[in-house]
Amino acid sequence: MKFVSKVFSLMVCFCLVAGSVFAQDTLKIGVAGPYSGDLASYGIPTANAVKLVAKKINAKGGVLGKKVEVIAVDDQCKPELATNVATKLVSEGVVGVIGHICSGATKAALPIYKDARLVVISSASTNPALTESGEYPNFFRTIAPDDAQARLDVDFVLNRLHAKKIAIIHDKGDYGKGLAMMEKKFIEESGKAKVILFEGVTPGAIDYSAVVQKIKRNRPDVVMFGGYHPEAAKIVTTMRRKRLKVPFIAGDGVRDVSFIKVAGRYAEGVYASGPRDVSSNPEYKEALAEYQKAFHGKPGPFFENGYAAAEALLNAIEQSKSTKYEDIVKALRTKYVSTPLGKIKFDSKGDAEGVGFSVYQVRGGKFVEVK
Amino acid sequence: MDYFWDLFFSGLTRGSIYALIALGYTMVYGIIELINFAHGEIYMLGAFTGLIVAGICSVLGLSLISTLVLAIVIAMIYASAYGVTVERIAYRPLRNAPRLSPLISAIGMSIFLQNYVLLAQTSKFVPFPNLIPDFAFMQPFEDFIGPSELVIIVVTAVAMTVLTLFIKYTKIGKAMRATAQNRKMALLCGVNVDHVISMTFIIGSALAALGGVLIGSYMGQINFFIGFIAGIKAFTAAVLGGIGSIPGAVLGGLILGWTESFATGYVSSDYQDVFAFCLLVLILIFRPAGILGRTNTKKV
Amino acid sequence: MKGFIRSLQVALWFMFLTFPIMVIKVDIVEKTVQWRWMNLVYVGIGSFVLSFVWRFLMEKKNKGIKAREESRDEKLSFIQKILTEPRYNRPLFLGLLLFVLVFPWMFSTYQTNIMISALLYVVLGLGLNIVVGLAGLLDLGYVAFYAVGAYAYALLNYHFHLGFWTVLPIGGLLAAIFGILLGIPVLRLRGDYLAIVTLGFGEIIRLVLENWDEFSFGPSGISNIPRPGFFGLHLTVEQATIYIYYLVVIMSLITIFVVNRLQNSRLGRAWLALREDEIACEAMGIDRMKTKLAAFALGATWAGFAGVIFAAKTTFINPASFTFMESAIILSIVVLGGMGSIPGVILAAFLMILLPEYLRAFSQYRMLLFGASMVLVMVFRPQGLIPNVRRKYLYGQKQGVR
Repeated sequence: MKFVSKVFSLMVCFCLVAGSVFAQDTLKIGVAGPYSGDLASYGIPTANAVKLVAKKINAKGGVLGKKVEVIAVDDQCKPELATNVATKLVSEGVVGVIGHICSGATKAALPIYKDARLVVISSASTNPALTESGEYPNFFRTIAPDDAQARLDVDFVLNRLHAKKIAIIHDKGDYGKGLAMMEKKFIEESGKAKVILFEGVTPGAIDYSAVVQKIKRNRPDVVMFGGYHPEAAKIVTTMRRKRLKVPFIAGDGVRDVSFIKVAGRYAEGVYASGPRDVSSNPEYKEALAEYQKAFHGKPGPFFENGYAAAEALLNAIEQSKSTKYEDIVKALRTKYVSTPLGKIKFDSKGDAEGVGFSVYQVRGGKFVEVK
Repeated sequence: MDYFWDLFFSGLTRGSIYALIALGYTMVYGIIELINFAHGEIYMLGAFTGLIVAGICSVLGLSLISTLVLAIVIAMIYASAYGVTVERIAYRPLRNAPRLSPLISAIGMSIFLQNYVLLAQTSKFVPFPNLIPDFAFMQPFEDFIGPSELVIIVVTAVAMTVLTLFIKYTKIGKAMRATAQNRKMALLCGVNVDHVISMTFIIGSALAALGGVLIGSYMGQINFFIGFIAGIKAFTAAVLGGIGSIPGAVLGGLILGWTESFATGYVSSDYQDVFAFCLLVLILIFRPAGILGRTNTKKV
Repeated sequence: MKGFIRSLQVALWFMFLTFPIMVIKVDIVEKTVQWRWMNLVYVGIGSFVLSFVWRFLMEKKNKGIKAREESRDEKLSFIQKILTEPRYNRPLFLGLLLFVLVFPWMFSTYQTNIMISALLYVVLGLGLNIVVGLAGLLDLGYVAFYAVGAYAYALLNYHFHLGFWTVLPIGGLLAAIFGILLGIPVLRLRGDYLAIVTLGFGEIIRLVLENWDEFSFGPSGISNIPRPGFFGLHLTVEQATIYIYYLVVIMSLITIFVVNRLQNSRLGRAWLALREDEIACEAMGIDRMKTKLAAFALGATWAGFAGVIFAAKTTFINPASFTFMESAIILSIVVLGGMGSIPGVILAAFLMILLPEYLRAFSQYRMLLFGASMVLVMVFRPQGLIPNVRRKYLYGQKQGVR
């Protein structure tokens, strides 16, 4: 409750500050993501990270002699709300945006930022088209795209697990189905294995035993899953209860402690790819300490990505000594910045160099990196 | 053929779950002709209460069986209390209002209860302990049907039988049927209609909570949103079987469960819900009042 | 004193009721139990105070009903009087229109954007009002037609590069065709059976959009949908927003006009009659099938239009925007406003869309308050915010014949 009330009071503060007229001497950066609704837990960590970065930089005297002000807006991961809040940020006169979280919301909001010539750095939108289509020169991200992840997972399945027959299950969502389709494409291209089952399940359905029976009948060597951890936990639990012991490998939507908590002993042995482990990075430790001082507890998903995104944006402004769009973009592409994710800069498409994935396995109730 | 039976049992379990929740829908509808949209939320509240009780029991170190019994009983009591309160606040003042008003009030109540749990508990999925013991005698059949599934199926069958007998032979059951047929006439004959309606909500909510605890334990996780999807499916099941009819709700639930299961098994799980809804439309075209529903011929 | 005891009982009951959910929080894995006793105190105090308010409002409502029964002839409420008498309503409408016209110049683009959403819901609400309010057919899958319109624009534009103005009528027409397609099988169904079939229909449309990748690009949706063109000029986001705003204003005015005319037409009367009594209706020579299908088709048309504009406004659509919750919100607009009442639907649309937006300051509690206010409005104003005034023909001097 304390955490909730703190976030709440912070948000109220920002609303008030945003409305005041005394905001001329500040450098405004926007943060957009879901802060209410069922996906809120994916958005709040990034917002908190950006606020922490702003606080840290303000304590050192700000950027270009101005204090940094954070404007957080809630898009609930809905495209239509994302466009609304995007226009809000544009009319507030921000110099850059950290967000959005969900790929769908980002896609909807990007054209607006593009027209307004604003830099957008997302900490969580992994949809490949965002950078690879080349349509959004203003878009950057501090997380690796899904196709990098699909490639890694497929390589792992083919070369390490030596699978010949693969079943792919997804949750019909933007992220899950996208990942699953790329995995299918990569497997078919490699010619080393066959996809024998490709099915979508409805998220939130009461049980998945029928799908599990179907998997069992098709006798795959490996089950790959695209989606989030609640469905993964249900499917793995049902599979193991039905004595189906084939390896199960999923994407970063599953690499979450809640997966292990929920699936319990059935989680043992499950593979999940996820962002490279940064917990030994001293900058990450510093950011974590700041977080714990301000909010207590664990920061949650995408915290370090959000932290890195904010640092990259502010660094680019500082380095280029300008808030002009062209200058910021140039600085983002050329100047390295040290962040909790390591030393990063962005390539011409907008993906961060030096940010990648690795495969983890649940061993003894923990995700352990598979080397 | 084994595969057929696998799907058959998986459909039977799923159908039994739908049926347990659908019983509450059908009873409420039979008496006050209201689609109680908040019913799915009562199911969710039951599951959460069960989780809380189970959590306390596990800290106290009680045995599995006593935890299960305590969780179910307390969840049923609380769910009934919620059911009655919702009826008092959101439906009773609207008894003589236009027909759609209570429906909107029910949708509002459903949104309210979801967010109440979201705020008071959490927005994340929380793990639910497995409360049903691994019966030793089940070992040879585990491939077809696990202990949790068996318990769910048996409980649904028992609940339906007891409920049917209750409505047929007890005094309050008779009063319920009278109220369902004609509320004014029942009132004239000395039936305390308010009392009967409260009783309906108590029974319906208690059954939903029973389902909530069993399913939570079966699936291993719950969140504030589980009631919504379960509610819509159960409502579909109730209509399919003929809303207002108790065996109809169970039959509807089973048919829905089997359709989904076989559609997944033999066609594709992508379209399992499409099959379910298409079946519903087809059945309603040929039997506009559901499978076991009575068509009321309106007198002019 | 009696009230005090009553409230005390209510408070105790709610403290009992909310005890497990509000006070205890357990973690099954870590085996920890967290007790938050303060919440119990808040609930107690809160429900104690609220029960006084509740009783007061209840008494007022009951008195109102009694007074109305005693005075026999239905007195028009203050708002209704203003709305029905030309003497008052002309300046009111003019003032409102003026406000609407200058709105985008007075407020930020963000406010204008929200206003566009609200006005879209006015169109949707009025469209559903034809089906639910006038014809009395409970439709829980209305959002399907909205999706048809939105996808019509997105796909036709993607494949054939058709412009906004070409697709607008096509979207409406397609939605109408879908309306008829839905209407035919459900003609025989009544009341709540109809409701569940329409709900299923809405879900089927959404699921197909979600699963059929080749056709609709699946859950990743369609992005880069062009905004409506303005004689070939390139508009910035702000200009485009203002342009779309005026478009939606014109759209809503046309909707209001058409629905108003429809209501008083032969067809509109037939719908009202159908809503009251189907059998009598048929006896009077009204073709039940044609009338019902007309209601479905005409209602769906507006959703189709709104869908096209929605796609053009957000420039990105995916199936997640067309869930059952959306249908529920539109239905709530119709019922909260007062079934069949045009000003009511408009007011409710603004409340339902603007309330959550401006409740953002309460971010966490926003949806909680939203749900609660839906319940409260229904409990205290079951007829809706501005109930429909039924057309009556007065006969003679004193005795009103309904």
